[in-house]
Amino acid sequence: MKLIGEKGVHRILMGIAFSAISALLLITLFIISEGLPFIFEYGLTDFLFSSEWIPAEKKFGIFPMIAASLWVTFGAMILGAPLGVAVALFLSEYVPRSVMRIIKPTIELLAAIPSVVYGFIGVMVLAPIIRNYLGGPGLSLLAGSVILGIMILPTVISISIDSILAVPQSFREGSLALGATTWQTIHMVTIKAAKSGIIASIILGLGRAIGETMAVIMVAGNSVNIPGSALDSVRTLTANIALEMSYATGLHRQALFATGVILFIGIIILNSIASVALRKRAVR
Amino acid sequence: MSKKTILLIFLMVTSFIVFGCGKAKKNITLAGSTAFQPFAEKLADQYMQTKNDITITVQGGGSAVGIQAALSGSADIGMADLVELPSEAKELVATVVARDGIAIVVHPQNTAAELTTQQIRDIFNGNITNWKELGGADAPITVVSREAGSGTRSSFEEIVDSVRLRKDALIQDSNGTIRETVANDPNAIGYLSHGLINEKIKALKVDGQVSSEESIIAGKYKLVRPIFLLVKGNPAGDIKEFLDYILSAEGQQTIKENGLLPAKS
Amino acid sequence: MRIHPRLFQRGAVALLSGATLITLVILIFIIVFILRKGLPVVTLDFLTRDPESMGREGGIFPTLIGTIILPLLALIIATPLGVFTSVYLSEYTRETKFTRIIRFGTDCLAGIPSIIFGLFGYIFFVLTLEMGWSIMSGGLTLAVMVLPTIIRTSEEAIRAVPKTYREVSFSLGASSWQTVKNVILPNALPGIVTGVMLSIGRCIGETAAVIFTAGSSLRLPATAFDSVRTMAVHFYILAREGISQENAYGTAAALIIAVLAINLIAYWLMNRIIARRG
Repeated sequence: MKLIGEKGVHRILMGIAFSAISALLLITLFIISEGLPFIFEYGLTDFLFSSEWIPAEKKFGIFPMIAASLWVTFGAMILGAPLGVAVALFLSEYVPRSVMRIIKPTIELLAAIPSVVYGFIGVMVLAPIIRNYLGGPGLSLLAGSVILGIMILPTVISISIDSILAVPQSFREGSLALGATTWQTIHMVTIKAAKSGIIASIILGLGRAIGETMAVIMVAGNSVNIPGSALDSVRTLTANIALEMSYATGLHRQALFATGVILFIGIIILNSIASVALRKRAVR
Repeated sequence: MSKKTILLIFLMVTSFIVFGCGKAKKNITLAGSTAFQPFAEKLADQYMQTKNDITITVQGGGSAVGIQAALSGSADIGMADLVELPSEAKELVATVVARDGIAIVVHPQNTAAELTTQQIRDIFNGNITNWKELGGADAPITVVSREAGSGTRSSFEEIVDSVRLRKDALIQDSNGTIRETVANDPNAIGYLSHGLINEKIKALKVDGQVSSEESIIAGKYKLVRPIFLLVKGNPAGDIKEFLDYILSAEGQQTIKENGLLPAKS
Repeated sequence: MRIHPRLFQRGAVALLSGATLITLVILIFIIVFILRKGLPVVTLDFLTRDPESMGREGGIFPTLIGTIILPLLALIIATPLGVFTSVYLSEYTRETKFTRIIRFGTDCLAGIPSIIFGLFGYIFFVLTLEMGWSIMSGGLTLAVMVLPTIIRTSEEAIRAVPKTYREVSFSLGASSWQTVKNVILPNALPGIVTGVMLSIGRCIGETAAVIFTAGSSLRLPATAFDSVRTMAVHFYILAREGISQENAYGTAAALIIAVLAINLIAYWLMNRIIARRG
């Protein structure tokens, strides 16, 4: 290091940072430059609100896919968020710390299981159950929501536990001293204090759900169809990109990049909400 | 372990990866039709056993990918199973290496045994929605189809004609996946390459014709399409040799044994 | 009728413990489902043999190589790039609007669906740069995919190093770089390692982006420009196309074990580093 000197190191680091940021910028600009012109040429309203996705006839309406992504994510949130928060509460407030310290990493380990495995189980176990007991083809919006709900559990549980544990013990002690039961303390004091962290965990889970591709392709059916019921087959934005990208050319390919831009914007919105929620927690 | 040693190992591994660990062989890449992919892989395996200096890689993706890969150069040979090649493929040199029937398949427990072309059209368009309309059980028909870029799908829709796939048809991305989906759902119906039929599914007679080699060769079974291998420019060198192998007696025999029809008959 | 708080409490406990039970049952079910049919298949033979007839028989050796090489390449590129970028951003620059934009951008990119990176990688590396379906295309795409995560987690880890450490180092006459090398990086290591491990896990499990950039060739790659198949891709293809249920389960089992092993090693490493710090 003496050979290079402090100034040299500074320059090298600056160069590295520059390269990294340029690489990331390259991707962002690439996607935008392929997708944005399409949106302007085709028309934003037609793109977002038309239900006809027929590339052969140059029709690129992604409304059914937007509906599918929103519904699947919403379903995942309804199933995964309450379950996740409940588990987080149980593990932090009712279970001895030592037990929690074993269970929490185990649950976090499950976040590492590849999504194709979840998808496979969805196809082999979940879809037949839905088909036999609830009707429809089994490969459906419901199957997608359930699988995604399970997939976001580790995220929600882990981050919620962190937030709940961050609530100062004095809060709980004060409440208990006033005669409240443990549960009253939890829902009147602890949850309120940990609220922004819990919300952030749910939003991060949602982000993962919206971005999921493989599991959804395997269990949701992939029809370009606005779902009428949870038993209908649907295609999400991500599945659409994956199914069509290998052979899409010209306008079709640009439409897929434009879908990417829409997803980009969605993530930016989600992230902004999450960072606002997290900042609130820090202020405390 | 000192930091320098770690760095050294790092660099060694990196150069190992980048510069390869064996002598680089000549490479031919095929891409495209998922119907022909298993056959291409088998032929490649056999061909490479006799020729040690060449590696043949096979990717899938569907016939549209095959055409584009051949055009863009990301594959040396594109595989497409289409009744008719689209206009963008005009500048490619096409060689027919096999012919393939498209079978209409249902779950083995399905009581249906045959359909007419009109019935098939109605089912896939969504005009017939329940098996009982065809004399079967009272159960909704689950239609399974390929994605838009599939040669099998394009061929199917072209031969059956006037097919506007019902919006809620399930879409799967390869012949094999369609087979699995139909095998797992007693109410499903789909189409796939004749060469992929196995005991998990049942092929239906179409207009009274079985999807067998004999009826296809006799011209009676109508759902047939050729398998094209597409090359940019005239095939030469290693590519030509591989194509010749596929068209040779041995290659065509392999194709026949595994369920496809030879190019000529 | 007012329910006595204690009754409420019991109801709540029942609900919460029930939820936990359901969750644990689901998660255990998933692991057992795969391992029950898959573990018997995972023998040394299975892991070291080449696949035959497209995976119907034989082993999964080339996919094992693919699963090791792609994340390795991605991390060799992304880790130094990411760590030193965050070092530069936090230690060598002031907090300006510019750096805030970069941070926001990195955060967003870390959350972008991986299929979009796959789309980018396919169009840019495979087609435009004509690298074809190859280890290079796949590795570069994965590198670009995990770079934002590594930058972000490294930055968190670096910021977590108390200011006083830096002040003491400077007051002893150390330069910026010496401070970084001897004080900040060692203390930020646990956080950085977490980010790297998370990224490894993500790369190993990634399927969509990999199929479209590294292809799905079952042959052992000879150079960096050969296509390769990873275990996740292999599992996907075997399972989806019904080629071999048995081998599919085996591949999935091997995959799960690999991922779990990496995470456990990460935990162990982290605890050791923290313990050594004292």
